[in-house]
Amino acid sequence: MSGTFLGMPTLPVFGHGNLNATEPFPTAARSELANPQLRANLGHATHTIRDKRLRVVAELPDWEELRDAGSAIKENVMANLPALLEQFEANFTARGGVIHWARDAGEANAIVTDLIRATGETEVVKVKSMATQEIGLNEHLEEQGIAAFETDLAELIVQLDHDKPSHILVPAIHKNRSQVREIFLREMPVVDPELTDEPAKLAEAARKHLRAKFLSAKVAVSGANFGLADSGTLAVVESEGNGRMCLTLPETLITVMGIEKLLPSWADLEVFMQLLPRSSTGERMNPYTSVWTGVTPGDGPQNVHLVLLDNGRSAALADEMGRSALHCIRCSACMNVCPVYERTGGHAYGSTYPGPIGAILSPLLTGIKSEENNSLPYASSLCGACYDACPVKINIPEILVHLRAEDVDSKRSATKVPTQMDLMMKGASWAFSSGRNLGLLEKGLPLGKLAAGKKRKITKLPGIVAGWTQSRDIPAPPSQSFRQWWAKEHQEANHDGGTSTNPAATKGDA
Amino acid sequence: MSARADILERIASALRDHPAVEPVPRAYRSAGTLDRAALVEQLVDRLVDYKANVFVVAAADAPAQLATLLAGVSSYVVPHGLDEGLLAAVDGPVREVDSPERRLDVAGLDAVDAVVTGAAVAVSETGTIMLDGSDDQGRRIISLVPDRHICLLRASDIVQILPEAIARLDATRPQTWISGPSATSDIELERVEGVHGPRTLDVLILT
Ligand code: SF4
Repeated sequence: MSGTFLGMPTLPVFGHGNLNATEPFPTAARSELANPQLRANLGHATHTIRDKRLRVVAELPDWEELRDAGSAIKENVMANLPALLEQFEANFTARGGVIHWARDAGEANAIVTDLIRATGETEVVKVKSMATQEIGLNEHLEEQGIAAFETDLAELIVQLDHDKPSHILVPAIHKNRSQVREIFLREMPVVDPELTDEPAKLAEAARKHLRAKFLSAKVAVSGANFGLADSGTLAVVESEGNGRMCLTLPETLITVMGIEKLLPSWADLEVFMQLLPRSSTGERMNPYTSVWTGVTPGDGPQNVHLVLLDNGRSAALADEMGRSALHCIRCSACMNVCPVYERTGGHAYGSTYPGPIGAILSPLLTGIKSEENNSLPYASSLCGACYDACPVKINIPEILVHLRAEDVDSKRSATKVPTQMDLMMKGASWAFSSGRNLGLLEKGLPLGKLAAGKKRKITKLPGIVAGWTQSRDIPAPPSQSFRQWWAKEHQEANHDGGTSTNPAATKGDA
Repeated sequence: MSARADILERIASALRDHPAVEPVPRAYRSAGTLDRAALVEQLVDRLVDYKANVFVVAAADAPAQLATLLAGVSSYVVPHGLDEGLLAAVDGPVREVDSPERRLDVAGLDAVDAVVTGAAVAVSETGTIMLDGSDDQGRRIISLVPDRHICLLRASDIVQILPEAIARLDATRPQTWISGPSATSDIELERVEGVHGPRTLDVLILT
């Protein structure tokens, strides 16, 4: 068994793909906040789902016991991951499935591409999967000349509009019905020009658009919500039936699943299938769940593959404080209760994983030093609502604080040259050390007014102090300081020029 | 080194602190408390909430009820293991039987109006009906492609909570758990029943 570690400790190997904030969270948030439609839609969505969730959670007398079990099961999974992966592999393989291992996004994309190529097909249908979004599979397939069709209604809307999802659960929540109608009219090859913006009519248009695709598809790509080690079984949770279509009709099924999605036994599903739907959509149960184990002769795909994806998960696992982020079952409850997410939406986080969980998971998968991900752990007021809502009790605030410390440490060790903060402190001590120095600085005040411009506001300070202006604007400085005013008043009061000790007034003209 | 060996090695290295884990506390409910009548009542309530059509009938009246439901359709499909007697009163529509000897293809299934299947077990608390591919339920494809699913459920196969159903199911059988007709809330969170799965779900509970 490979559960015991004997070799040299290896350095964590981080993940790649759509896991990065491409600009610092505060910058991205600024532009998202300026979109009133997005804010209104998000506010409506998060509040509606939040209320529904509270109602259905209150129905269960043993909700807290289920959370305790869910949390402990996931902890056990992480501690025994190598053995469980091997057990899963043996069972899945024994039932006719084929397992592939992918160290990172690039490897996973290459494996999926080769599997599709081997079928001779150039089109695949897809059911919503965060793992394939994380590795950027659609873009990769497109480059390779393979068209991937998203079949989840929201994903379809987003894909047709060449946009990005903004919410794990309702990826098109930033679009309202008339925007959806416009997208359909513009992008669907065959569509009723009389299409109205009624959601039922729009859903019907999507059904018609995809039906022929489903019925003729030879290859499907999916994610998986759970993998059960003791039977080699996979489960996919969905609503529309597009999942069932993808998992049942094609000859070839390729599933991409993160290595952390395992559960030890079939019986554990009884815990997670009570926790997930209620936390996620606020339903007692989602309309459809599909469960399959390798190949069933005569029923469903006969060519069944599973790609087990690391892509930074082992690195997250190596972080003792952060590893419980891997317990996440992607329900999105933490997002719906988050006061920051409610206002900025998912795009501001850059990564596939937005909201509170994204703020910890993305930097854990990529390493805190990757691009702008070090800004994510600060995208929180540490109010703790996410922790209370999380069905598997991930202590997100605690991990946020831990990652902030990591960020500070990594910057400290990375910089031999003095940091901006060091320089600022040095500057301050110079300024305050003598009245003359301070006076010199004060002479710069009118320049500040210039910087502020006509709006009499400074919205952007440079360097490290920029943090201050990211969430607030500074009024333009006055044209003279209190000390300058005092000196002037006193000069005017004492016609003789007096014996002012104000250095700015007496010798500042150098 | 293979990717497999590499990943297992990385994980083992990540766990070199040998995290201590507690045994899983399973203090949640493992059995329900409702009697048969209350189970039926709860299941009906949940299914109606999902916009399914529900009929509670005595087993002896099932053929007549099925005949009524199928009166307007021109064709329907059944799995080969479905009790023939249940369909005795159905007169008119063409019946297709899907069996290992004669499997209907996608186009054939797309052409029929409805499917009639049995069910393995149902959970009243969540309004969930589980199909496991047994002979009276058939291959997954037959309960998916036709636009209307008529599902027959024996009242004795209703349990109250999910753990009871999980204990009755075999993980390795292909399963479909159904809680109402297909639905989406993707446009402004307004729930719309009927997307890609059967747009109509009729449930016959046989007491
Ligand atoms: S962190 Fe918890 S609440 Fe957030 S998505 Fe994951 S499981 Fe759900």
